Amino acid sequence: MATLLSVKDLHVSYGAIKAVRGISFDINEGEIVTLIGANGAGKSTTLNTIAGLIKPDSGSVEFDGGSIVGVPAHKVMKRGLALCPEGRRVFTQMSVAENLEMGGYTRSDAENKETLEKVYTHFPRLKERRSQVAGTLSGGEQQMLAMGRALMSRPRLLMLDEPSMGLAPILVQEIFDIVKQLNEAGTTILLVEQNANMALSIADRAYVLEIGTIKKTGTGAELLVDDDVRKAYLGG
Amino acid sequence: MEEEIMTDKRPIISTGGRGGASGSKKTLPMPVRYAINAVLVLLVLVVGELMIDGGAITRYQSTVLEQVGVYIILAVSLNIATGYLGQLPLGHAGFMSVGAYGCAIFVMRMAEVLGVGARDFTTGTPLTVLLVIGGLLVGGLCAAVAGIIIGIPALRLKGDYLAIITLAFAEIIRVVMLNIDSVLGFKLTGGAKGLTGIPGYSSFLLVFACVAIVCFLIHTMMKSRHGRAILAIRDNEIAAEATGVNTTYYKTLAFVASAFFAGMAGGLYAGCIGVLQPAYFGFMKSIEILVMVVLGGMGSMLGSALSATVLTILPEALRAFSEYRMIAYAIVLILVMIFRPQGLLGSYDFSLSRIIERVMNRDFPWKKKDDAPADAAKGEEVSADV
Repeated sequence: MATLLSVKDLHVSYGAIKAVRGISFDINEGEIVTLIGANGAGKSTTLNTIAGLIKPDSGSVEFDGGSIVGVPAHKVMKRGLALCPEGRRVFTQMSVAENLEMGGYTRSDAENKETLEKVYTHFPRLKERRSQVAGTLSGGEQQMLAMGRALMSRPRLLMLDEPSMGLAPILVQEIFDIVKQLNEAGTTILLVEQNANMALSIADRAYVLEIGTIKKTGTGAELLVDDDVRKAYLGG
Repeated sequence: MEEEIMTDKRPIISTGGRGGASGSKKTLPMPVRYAINAVLVLLVLVVGELMIDGGAITRYQSTVLEQVGVYIILAVSLNIATGYLGQLPLGHAGFMSVGAYGCAIFVMRMAEVLGVGARDFTTGTPLTVLLVIGGLLVGGLCAAVAGIIIGIPALRLKGDYLAIITLAFAEIIRVVMLNIDSVLGFKLTGGAKGLTGIPGYSSFLLVFACVAIVCFLIHTMMKSRHGRAILAIRDNEIAAEATGVNTTYYKTLAFVASAFFAGMAGGLYAGCIGVLQPAYFGFMKSIEILVMVVLGGMGSMLGSALSATVLTILPEALRAFSEYRMIAYAIVLILVMIFRPQGLLGSYDFSLSRIIERVMNRDFPWKKKDDAPADAAKGEEVSADV
C-alpha cells in the first residue's frame, strides 16, 4: 500500500500555547486511520494544520508525495484532500443542494452532476431534503450534509473532525456506517474522534494523542482491548 | 429602475435542485429575461425624460431624483459588503468622497486642458459625455484603490473590529481631503472651503443609466460563481475555505467592488451638487447609507434601493419639519429593528421573470400558500419608480 499522507514532527502553536508538540504519523491509501484523545489533545489542530487552515511552526506534511506545508486551504483541497470541519459548519442560508454544489466549487458542472448522484446514494436523506434550507436541518442531517459537501470535491483523503459530536447514539451509528461505506467505496479516511469506542471499532489503525504528542499507536482492534486506552477513554 | 433587480430569493440558482425537481416547468430563456428588463428600464427612462422635458417634474424634483439615484448606488454598493459578504464597514462615505473628488478633479482638469466650458456639460457634447464617463471611472478606480488599501488590513478583522477600523480610515480620508492642499503646496481639493466650480454634469439620464448599470453588474456578479463564493463566506468562512474558496481574495473583491461603485456614486454626487466639502463625507453620511441597507434588508438589492429612495425623498418632503428628521429616523429604525430585524424585505429580492414564469405555469400564490411577500414587494416596487 502506498503512503498517501505523511506527517513528520509537526509542531503547532496558538501564540504562546503549544497545541501540537512533534506529531508523526502516516496514512496509507485505502485505510481508515483515527486520532483519538481527550479535549485539548491537539486532534483538531492537527487536522486543521493538514488542511491548511493553520500554519505549523515546524515539521513536514506530505500528501501524495508533495509537501503541503504552508499551502493555503483552498489549494490543499484541490489536490484531493477534503476537510469536514468540526461542529457541522454548513452554509445555513443555502439549500442542501446548494451546499453540495459549493462542495464541488473547484470541479466542473458535469463532474458535480455525477458526484451529486453518488453522494445522494450514500445519503438518501439529503436527496429527500435537497431543497430545504440547511439551517433548518437536524444535527444529524447537518453532519451528513457537511460530509456530503466534503465528498463533492472527490477527495482521495477525507478528514472528518468529530462527526459524532452532539449526536444521538443511533445517529452516531448511522454516521459511522456511512464512513465505513465511503471507505469501502475507495476513499481513504482520517477520523478525529472523542468517541474512541466507535472510532476504534471501524479504524484500521489508530493513534492516541495526549497533550500534543502521540502516546500510543496500533490497530483499531489492538487499542480497543489495550488496558491504558480502556482506562483513559473507554470507561474502564 | 427596480426592474433591473431580479435576484432570486436566495440569489443562487441550484442546478441540482432545478434539474431534479422541475423538468416540466416552463421557464423563460435568459435572453428573454434580459430583454424584458431592458425594455422596462428604457420605458421608465423615457417616461422620466418626457416628464422632465414636459415640465411635469420640476427642476427641483429632478435634482431630488438624481440624489435618489446616487443614494441607490451607495446603498446597493454597501449592500455588497454588508448583505452579501456579511461584514460591517462604517466608512462608505470615505469611498464616496474619494470617488467624488477623483471624478470632479479629473473632469475639471481635463475640461481645462481640452478647453471645454462648463456650459457644454449641461447641453452635452460627445466630448463631455466621454469626459464624464471617464471621470466616473476614474472616481470609481480611485475609490477601489482606497478599498484595496483599507480592505487588505481591515478584512483580517471581523465584526466590531472591522467596523472601527473602516470608520477610522474614512475619517483619515476626510482629514486628508481637508489638508492635502497645504501639504502639496497647490490647490487640489480646496480644503475646508471646498472644491467649487464643478460642472453640473449629472442629469437624470446619466444617473438613471448608472443606477441601471450598477444594479445589473451587481446582480450578474452575485449570480455567478464569484457571487456564490461571497455568499458562502458570509454563511461560514471556515467551511467556505474548506470547500476551496479563496476567502481572502473574495473578501477583498467584494469590498473593492463595493468601494468602486461608491466612488462612482460620489462622482455623480459631485456633478449633482457642484460643490464638494470634506464635511459632507463625515461619519454621519456613512451611517445614513448603512441605515438604508439595514432598513431595506441586508442582502436585498430591492430593499436597499427602496429604502434609499424613501429615506432620500422623505427628508425633502418634510423640509418644514427638518429638525425632527433625525428623531423620525431613529424611531423608524427602532421600530423596524424590533418588528422586522431582518429589514423590510429581509433577503427577498424582486424578480419580474419569476412572476412571469409563475403566471406561465399557472402557479399562483393563492393556489397554495407559498410565496406571500411577492405581492407586497410588487406593490412597493411601483411606488419606488415614480
